[in-house]
Amino acid sequence: MLVPLVVALPLLGAAVLGAAGHFLPSRVDDLVAAAIAAAVTVLCVVLIFHSAHGTITYWFGGWHPRNGIAIGISFSVEPLGAGIAALIGALMTAALVQSIDYFEEEVPPHFFVLMLVFLASMIGFALSSDLFNMFVFFELMSTAAFGLTGYRIEHRSVLQGAINFAVVNGIGAFLLLAGIALLYGRTGALNLAQIGQVLSRHGADGLVIVAFGLIVVGLLTKAGAVPFHFWLSDAYAVAPAPVCVLFAGVMSDLGLHAVGRVYWVAFSGVLGNGHADAVRGVLIGVGLLTALVGALMAFVQAGLKRMLAFIVISHVGIFLTAIGLLTARGLAGATVYVVADGLVKGALFCAVGHLARRVGHTDELIAHGRGRSLPLTGTVVALGALGLAILPPFGTFVAYSLVERGAGGLGYHWLPPLLAIATAVTGASVLRAAARIFLGLGPAEDDLLVAAPRGEEADEGMRAAPRRGFLLWGPAVALLVAGLGLGFAPGIAAHAVQHAERFVDRPAVARETLHGAPPAPLPHVHEQIGAAGYAYGAGSAILAVALAWIGLYRRRIPEAFRRAAGATAGPAVQRLKLLHDGVVGEYVTWLTAGAAAITGLLALLTR
Amino acid sequence: MSFLPYALAAWLFFVGLYGIVTSRHLVHLVVCLGVMQSSTYVLLLAIGYRTGKKAPIFTSGVPTKVGAVDPVVQALTLTDVVVSVVASALILALVIEIWKRSGKLDPDELGKQET
Repeated sequence: MLVPLVVALPLLGAAVLGAAGHFLPSRVDDLVAAAIAAAVTVLCVVLIFHSAHGTITYWFGGWHPRNGIAIGISFSVEPLGAGIAALIGALMTAALVQSIDYFEEEVPPHFFVLMLVFLASMIGFALSSDLFNMFVFFELMSTAAFGLTGYRIEHRSVLQGAINFAVVNGIGAFLLLAGIALLYGRTGALNLAQIGQVLSRHGADGLVIVAFGLIVVGLLTKAGAVPFHFWLSDAYAVAPAPVCVLFAGVMSDLGLHAVGRVYWVAFSGVLGNGHADAVRGVLIGVGLLTALVGALMAFVQAGLKRMLAFIVISHVGIFLTAIGLLTARGLAGATVYVVADGLVKGALFCAVGHLARRVGHTDELIAHGRGRSLPLTGTVVALGALGLAILPPFGTFVAYSLVERGAGGLGYHWLPPLLAIATAVTGASVLRAAARIFLGLGPAEDDLLVAAPRGEEADEGMRAAPRRGFLLWGPAVALLVAGLGLGFAPGIAAHAVQHAERFVDRPAVARETLHGAPPAPLPHVHEQIGAAGYAYGAGSAILAVALAWIGLYRRRIPEAFRRAAGATAGPAVQRLKLLHDGVVGEYVTWLTAGAAAITGLLALLTR
Repeated sequence: MSFLPYALAAWLFFVGLYGIVTSRHLVHLVVCLGVMQSSTYVLLLAIGYRTGKKAPIFTSGVPTKVGAVDPVVQALTLTDVVVSVVASALILALVIEIWKRSGKLDPDELGKQET
């Protein structure tokens, strides 16, 4: 069986490297880790095709369910989850290949041990179909991530970022666990499908709503949705660039993927009839707020890593909105979007790593014009920015158009333009930075932008790398080609919708998991991108270029117009900037308020 | 079944949360995190508890007729304890590093980013 291998192989590799890594040069350790990650990627791609015929459920230790009651723990592999697992493997491979040349010092073996444990726990989290198992992988993934964030332990901002990350995520995990405990108390089950079966026999009462609220809040803390996002920009800004490839590319999105899974497999039976509008309203509300706040904050950053961190937040909001549509097409769109966007964001962070290594700075004002000698990296960043801004016909655009049609199907015609604004602003931020760094356009000072704190710049202040740079830029090119090229994969949208349709059919999934029934036949789906989709895609890309130009040359805009814009938006942006000040107590206060608001709203709306 | 354990779990949760929000010392903050985590142990154990039932240890000679409290939540609690030890140890290691580098342990002072 292939299924347990994708988790066991990296864990085994981690153990071997932990024991023997000290006796080998760090390059050999790195190559071994990269080879394992590549093998896991191949296995995950194989699993996508294998599971297309029906969900592969693997019961650990052969503890199969009897009479529809699951005591054992299982992995459920279906094409959407396996696709995310393949993304994790691909990003990890790219990150490990880049880290061969990225670090100037001898890297201790525990770095690769942590990376492999991180890989195993993320894949385990993506494939688990048991709530407590998900919690364990969630914690394992978080712990490995805290360690990786604090890798450059000699800088204070790094320690600060790692502690904020650990404390806020720790509290998120407690909320998740409290939700799981309440649910277990009600249903006596931990397997998602079985929880769904038990819950659907009863109505939605207060306990079920609170449990759902706590689980969603716990997962959204990991994902970095507003107002649980404060830790994210602190942590992603200070982690080494290869680690950020993983953080930005997939770790945040895993939390959202889990929200989709928990809702559809466990809760859709009890909340789907009658209460769907309440859940939809809350998820879309949080998603839109996240998308717009993240985009705005990204646009006012000068430090590229912090900017990309806010872009991650903004796009988490878009994916959450897509999942929150609570339709198969929304889920399919979110999944394709996570994969395509994850590859693009991974490519951007790889490019930032190359820039940091060659120029020594990643702040667009300090590095102004100093990237001229790196035309290829500049091209990767610019194309990646257009990918973020959903330029047709790239992979991100195909995913967006699925979300657009999903929203249209519900009659939410106001939703796609709002999402397109978020994609345009995030794309514009990166385009503006690319124009400054790689072309030297625009002035080298801008008082509107938040400069990266000194510690973070020191973090990247390395000496210029040796001339050989292939391992530094190669992974960026590969990830970008994959992310943009996903749009050309024939029928990808239709396949995703077909499998999402199967995934959201809760009773059929439960029968398949618990009773071994054959899978439901794949519905016939025809997906055609409409004129509206192309209009939004092109509009977002054009708006991104225009906003980037304004960002560079706003002094050329007539004085009166500028003053009016400053008077309306200035105070709000200033206040928003002040909120992100790095004090962990305030972050926890926001988390508490957000958790209370989401759970309270759900309770109120489902009354 | 008494509501007392649930009230205790809620109390531990909120008292820990209050401690974290108002903390002026990073070690104090880690201890508060531990207090919060204890609330999940109490909650899990309370959910599995059955009045008058035995510990879920079945060896030869132990009558099974009496029944036992739910062993699943106990396994979950054990796992939870292990997880929290790892996380606390890691955060404390980071705190020690902060102390070594800056000589400060007040999160408010640390938080304000220098410019």
